Amino acid sequence: MALNKEQIAQRIAKELQDGYYVNLGIGIPTLVANYIPEGVNVVLQSENGLLGMGPFPFEGDEDPDLINAGKQTITTLPGSVFFDSAMSFGMIRAGKVDLTVLGAMEVADNGDIANWKIPGKMVKGMGGAMDLVAAAKNIIVAMQHTNPKGESKLLPKCTLPLTGVKCIKKVVTDLGVFDITPDGFRCLEYAPGVTIDEIKAKTAGRLTIADDVKEIVL
Amino acid sequence: MNKVVANADEAIKDIESGMTLMLGGFGLCGIPENCIAALVRKGVNNLTCISNNAGVDDFGIGLLLQQKQVKKMISSYVGENAEFERQLLSGELEVELIPQGTLATRCMASGYGMPAVYLLAGVGTEVAEGKETRNFNGKDYLLEYAFDSDYAIVKAWKGDTMGNLVFKETARNFNPMMAMAGKITIAEVEELVPAGELDPNEIHTPGIYVRHIFQGSNYEKRIEQRTVRKRS
Repeated sequence: MALNKEQIAQRIAKELQDGYYVNLGIGIPTLVANYIPEGVNVVLQSENGLLGMGPFPFEGDEDPDLINAGKQTITTLPGSVFFDSAMSFGMIRAGKVDLTVLGAMEVADNGDIANWKIPGKMVKGMGGAMDLVAAAKNIIVAMQHTNPKGESKLLPKCTLPLTGVKCIKKVVTDLGVFDITPDGFRCLEYAPGVTIDEIKAKTAGRLTIADDVKEIVL
Repeated sequence: MNKVVANADEAIKDIESGMTLMLGGFGLCGIPENCIAALVRKGVNNLTCISNNAGVDDFGIGLLLQQKQVKKMISSYVGENAEFERQLLSGELEVELIPQGTLATRCMASGYGMPAVYLLAGVGTEVAEGKETRNFNGKDYLLEYAFDSDYAIVKAWKGDTMGNLVFKETARNFNPMMAMAGKITIAEVEELVPAGELDPNEIHTPGIYVRHIFQGSNYEKRIEQRTVRKRS
């Protein structure tokens, strides 16, 4: 069985290390916050100006002045701090954020990413994604392995306008976990019930399989 | 020194069609609701608006778009507004999409009196097209210019009669940099107090940047994405 969105988030959460400052993008990345391992303390950064983001508020406690970068109502945790957008991107740019998790439409086998524009169709904008991918030390992409038409999103070269160049380090999809290496995607883990042949068939970019490839354990 | 004006209509009375305005806020959070309503009433058009987002169809900058008062938007993300998308695809509206950190930093540069800055965001993408680059320590950076705006319109939580501002939570966002960047800055606040009542240690924006200030009224503070958890 391929992983569902929650399970992709759950797998990515295992990459978190104690003391990390982490920026989670919109969509599957947001769900990572629900699976932070016991004993691992991380501080979530929201690029609209908050360190120390907490869970959604209880019903009736929503505060319109307190939102995350996805414009969702949230809460703060003890030790949290607010700041302006220039400082927020200053800390991102200066490499203070340890890990960024974001979604993508396409990832290339050299680490290029496209996630902000479909020419002629979608004109929403890049938000903070270009700043984040240009600066973060470690970037994990969370996405489905194929698009709704069944075409691979792990490509030899992105076809959509780029968000960033040679910046992605790891991709976690519904089918597996992949590092990006000089030889392209390297499959480290596969989802339970998913075969290496299926991963090969659904990966258009260069792909190697790790010698010690193993099943994902959640 | 008299920075205090009665209301939004008085604060924006000298704004003319064709001007460039910075508007604070992130999504619908921390937007200058009173001044946007006054701009709609005044009916100025051909505006260039620098703002992270373009509101939603019937709130925020969306209200200006509905009345076709905006010629050009300079934003990082405009995803929640169907009328915006319609005007853009039909060619009625110009839009310049720029990375959010670049947007913030170009405001900051303006407020700090710096003509331009070198930034990494967008290198190797279409954002870099036509831009001067320079290599520092083996990496290419884009030359990004400070914004030039006629007015900045910001929203703060508290302000005093000297124009000093304090923001609340994530409603701070772009407001402090824009307050610093405007040739003329208008601040609307939820609570206007006499000078001396704010703790000088806790002021976010010094009043030197603010020309006009007033206490706004009837804040709707609409929530864009209401997300909650159940009480167990």
